[in-house]
Amino acid sequence: MTAVEPPLALLAELTHRCPLRCPYCSNPLELSRASAELDTATWKRVLGEAAGLGVLQVHFSGGEPLVRRDLVELVRHSAEVGLYGNLITSGIRLEADRLAELAEAGLEHVQLSFQDSDTASGDRIAGLAGAQAAKRRVADLVRETGLPLTVNAVVHRQNLDRLGEIIELAVALGADRLEVAHVQYYGWALRNRAALLPSRDQLHAATAIVEAARARLAGVMVIDYVPPDYYAHRPKACMGGWGRRFLNVTPAGKVLPCHAAETLTGLDFPSVAEAGLSEIWYRSPAFERFRGTAWMPEPCRSCERREIDWGGCRCQAFALTGDAARTDPACALSPDHELLAGARGDAEAAPPSFVYRQHSAMHPRSAELVSSSA
Amino acid sequence: MTGSSGSGGNTRSLIEGASVPRFAPHAKFRFDEVRQAWIVLAPERLLLPDEQAVEILRLIDGERDVDTVIDELARRYEAPREVIAGDVVAMLQDLVDKKVLRR
Repeated sequence: MTAVEPPLALLAELTHRCPLRCPYCSNPLELSRASAELDTATWKRVLGEAAGLGVLQVHFSGGEPLVRRDLVELVRHSAEVGLYGNLITSGIRLEADRLAELAEAGLEHVQLSFQDSDTASGDRIAGLAGAQAAKRRVADLVRETGLPLTVNAVVHRQNLDRLGEIIELAVALGADRLEVAHVQYYGWALRNRAALLPSRDQLHAATAIVEAARARLAGVMVIDYVPPDYYAHRPKACMGGWGRRFLNVTPAGKVLPCHAAETLTGLDFPSVAEAGLSEIWYRSPAFERFRGTAWMPEPCRSCERREIDWGGCRCQAFALTGDAARTDPACALSPDHELLAGARGDAEAAPPSFVYRQHSAMHPRSAELVSSSA
Repeated sequence: MTGSSGSGGNTRSLIEGASVPRFAPHAKFRFDEVRQAWIVLAPERLLLPDEQAVEILRLIDGERDVDTVIDELARRYEAPREVIAGDVVAMLQDLVDKKVLRR
């Protein structure tokens, strides 16, 4: 087995608070309250430890990282310790003066989410009236500061038919880069899967649009495309392998190998309050559990792709089979691959209403902003 | 709209002998002490250039043009200029397309 290498990137989830209510939010169903969030001093310690461990890029995310009043201070500290800082934001309530402060503090890059090209649909998916107009203004502000701009577009059956328009929107906004990512089905998105999973025909059309746009826009705008693994033949190399490249710190300070890992039961994820990041990365049982290939069952164990896709996604295996140590059902060689067929069948029927993300001690309710028949 | 201050533009920049490439403002080419290796950091990109790529990138200073970079490398490697030129132009064009370098 090869030696464990230092991580490349840290996803710093500063908060779960967010003005948007997207039904595919990557945050867990149990959202952290503001009172549970790490304080400024602890985040600064974590950023310093990350740089010392070999992390090169930090992604400030959430929830909406702008709701943290100490965001500029944390960005400044990350730049001081040598991290390349990236802000992943909805853009809601970002004003010119705060953006200028972030740029001055050493922020290198802004990733701005768009829920759709169409205003009414964008607002409906985000669960916030006025969201789309606010995002357009923020895109202009980012361009004016000279920071590189990535437009993030999460795509699914309710916006995928407008992918061509979404690409044109990103070009018109002056984006350097467009990330088109199909929804990944954990947590909120799994709950909303029947409302979100595209049909095979939609997917084929979208793939052709991306390929044509890439050729047309070479050297103008970079397009990264994350395909949906429910239609895949082989699984994605989730996070580049468990505990190989990436770590995530949650608002309350749990350290995870990916942002969805808290959905896995039976693993004790360490907290930054208990141990340093280096000890957690190299020695914690949770990071060791699915690292490398020794944990693998067949058909992964003898597969020639075992060090290409690393067995796929542990959270998807757990969400669909109840066992995180099984082969990702997205793989056609998985004995559980048929589980995806039922979900694909739902994509041919009328979509149910969204269950919007919300803080709740009880079960989430369906909360409609406007009619879902749009 | 595209701001003139940013890196966005609606035409592709092509690398030629007289081009003077430089790193984009938000691309960082530096030595990483933890890995003991040269790295390039850019938005959502981490590049680990091999030894030859590092030699090329260390000559990118916003002053030398591409012809001068090729001459220098041809001298250093005692290799035919046209062989070096093909490799250098292809690599620089790729990095311009990735918005790591500007022409």
